[in-house]
Amino acid sequence: MAYFSQQLINAITLGAIYGLIAIGYTMVYGIIGMINFAHGEVFMIGAFISLIGFMICAALGISSAPVAIVLVLLVAMAFTAVYGWTIERTAYRPLRGSFRLAPLISAIGVSILLQNYVQLAQGARPKGGGHIVEGGYTLFSADGFDVRVSWLQIVIWVVTVALMAGFSWLIAATPLGRQQRACEQDMTMAGLLGVNVDRTISLTFVMGAALAAVAGMMFLMYYGVVDFFIGFLAGIKAFTAAVLGGIGSLPGAMLGGLLIGLIEVFWAGYFSSEYKDVAVFVILVLVLIFRPSGLLGKPEIEKV
Amino acid sequence: MDARLSQMIKDAALTALVAAALGVFIVGFRTIDVGKGGPTFDYQFVDLAVAVVTIFFGRLGLQLASVGLKWPAFALGTILGAIGAAPIELPSTFLHWFVLLAGILIILRTIWPWANEAMASARHSPRGVIYGAHAAKWFGAGLLVAAVALPFAPFADQKMMDLAVLILTYVMLGWGLNIVVGLAGLLDLGYVAFYAVGAYSYALLSTQHGLGFWSVLPLSGMMAAAFGLLLGFPVLRLRGDYLAIVTLGFGEIIRLVLLNWVDLSNGPAGIGSIPGPTLFGAVFAETAPAGKTTFAEMAGIPFSGSQRLIYLYYIILLLALVTNLFTHRIRRLPVGRAWEALREDETACKALGINPTNTKLTAFAVGAMFAGFAGSFFAAKQRFISPESFTFIESAIILAIVVMGGMGSQIGVVLAAVLLIGLPEWFRDLGAYRMVVFGLAMVLIMVFRPRGLIAHREPSVRLHPVRAGP
Repeated sequence: MAYFSQQLINAITLGAIYGLIAIGYTMVYGIIGMINFAHGEVFMIGAFISLIGFMICAALGISSAPVAIVLVLLVAMAFTAVYGWTIERTAYRPLRGSFRLAPLISAIGVSILLQNYVQLAQGARPKGGGHIVEGGYTLFSADGFDVRVSWLQIVIWVVTVALMAGFSWLIAATPLGRQQRACEQDMTMAGLLGVNVDRTISLTFVMGAALAAVAGMMFLMYYGVVDFFIGFLAGIKAFTAAVLGGIGSLPGAMLGGLLIGLIEVFWAGYFSSEYKDVAVFVILVLVLIFRPSGLLGKPEIEKV
Repeated sequence: MDARLSQMIKDAALTALVAAALGVFIVGFRTIDVGKGGPTFDYQFVDLAVAVVTIFFGRLGLQLASVGLKWPAFALGTILGAIGAAPIELPSTFLHWFVLLAGILIILRTIWPWANEAMASARHSPRGVIYGAHAAKWFGAGLLVAAVALPFAPFADQKMMDLAVLILTYVMLGWGLNIVVGLAGLLDLGYVAFYAVGAYSYALLSTQHGLGFWSVLPLSGMMAAAFGLLLGFPVLRLRGDYLAIVTLGFGEIIRLVLLNWVDLSNGPAGIGSIPGPTLFGAVFAETAPAGKTTFAEMAGIPFSGSQRLIYLYYIILLLALVTNLFTHRIRRLPVGRAWEALREDETACKALGINPTNTKLTAFAVGAMFAGFAGSFFAAKQRFISPESFTFIESAIILAIVVMGGMGSQIGVVLAAVLLIGLPEWFRDLGAYRMVVFGLAMVLIMVFRPRGLIAHREPSVRLHPVRAGP
């Protein structure tokens, strides 16, 4: 029971990180119908910017953890968003109206480019850092096993819930969100009615990248180590989460993220940690085969 | 004029600003590992500043060229190129290249409209059409003759032959993937999985059951094709981009299984001492194992280490040519035409009574089969394989070759393989930048030449015979 509770706590934390990345996939897919393969790399860049941000904070002598977290969070979101914007502007926008697989191939190119750019600029070895929040709270003990919630996990939950609420509100109630939903339904019609489609799509990428940056920062603080390759697996898992929840659906992405976190942690905890990635890939394949619209998504109708 | 110039400067400044924002953390601070105390960093702001200034002038030059101000753009390009090539003190060699390439880019952009027009008019002139058709035919034939004669060329040393074998392996993989991506239009991101299946088939059958290369070759192809059918069957109903991700998932699953199923594959340690291919039972070694003869004894010539390499070269050349010939012929068969039709419009194909799933499945299995052949050749050449060799990056490299060559173009794949594999291997210093160039090339090709370097593709059927001239 104690082991189970501890795994549950860890799973929810991991799920929150996946959920935040998955939102980026799901929003972009919803609006322009492409898989932004480079999104995992954007997450990795966010993690690296956070790492360097924390180091700069330490060098500047900012010792208060909350101040450092808020500062680094804002900086990482802002600068990672520039990456999201640039990728859309240079690699995807010129391809609108090209053949169907062109954006995906271009996205794979961006992904390879970013991975190796970071490897060249920062070196290939894993980097440790981001140990800002220490300690935790013991919930209960059973069978000689302490069930603990670390403060960091609570920080991750709070930030994730706050961001989710904020973005749901943004999509549901602001003019920008209305424009995004309009573009999602029919881009041409939205353009005719005066919605600036290019700007809306750009902002979608910016928002997705900012959320990925938050996820990257959480990842860094949670695992304490990043390298240039983390984006690949995390990206695939988050994409699986988005597909599982129903691609195009914001609550679906969060739900999918939680489920993937649960599956991964419990698989590793009860079966074998070697095959936990295989488990996630198998789920991706199964969902796409048997329920391509996911848990909360709408079925897609192909029109001629 | 003035307003236009200020507009351009503003635009270039904005680009430089974005570049600075992109680079300030990742390039500006370099983390260094210092052992226990966690990483520390040093500053690379000078590098960043040089890069940003270069980007400013580069963008300005491109803008000037695009509005037709030839001479200022040309001058700017020359200055940048000269700075890059000059022996002045820049923080790193990379920046020299960066500045030089920016200059070259501007100059190319300046002469591009003129060159393009000249080329287009030459191509469309009656004589040009005839020459073009002949050139295409003779270029392929000439390349083939050169490939056959290469081992006997005086400059063909060990390094050259190693590289040639490597390039041909990728040419074969590219041609195999071209069946799936180029002809059938299915984006397969897990192609390397079938390559792995072929490699492990040969490695296991030869080391554990003592089978030879030539008897395993068809088996490994069949094995890979069977995997193609098995994996393809449930997923080929999916839409294009979903299919791509699922194949990526399959590729990773196979790699992870090979990595973790230690009883079968020996896990990360890999399988070693795989026997090389034999020629009519003769082995390529200085001394033959008991009961076998060496090639040198059989042919009655003195032993030399290069014989094995030359033999391997001819095997992969043969395999690649078989792949090419197969593709060439099958495009004229109903199933090949169905693949191409399916790539263009799936709904129309369904309406015409083509079964999309079965048709795609054949393409998938055939592509997988050639990957299996190539895989078993790879195992026989390397004599050691481990899951390390079959990562996603490998799939991405093969895909990059196909995309760059122009999906569906056979000769384009050869050019792309020489460019993407040959150049970085030849100039070892470029090795670190190789993957960056791969990624960049994929994006640029998609943006500027989505049909690939060799955009022209001969239709497999014509309603009317081709005439010279427009």
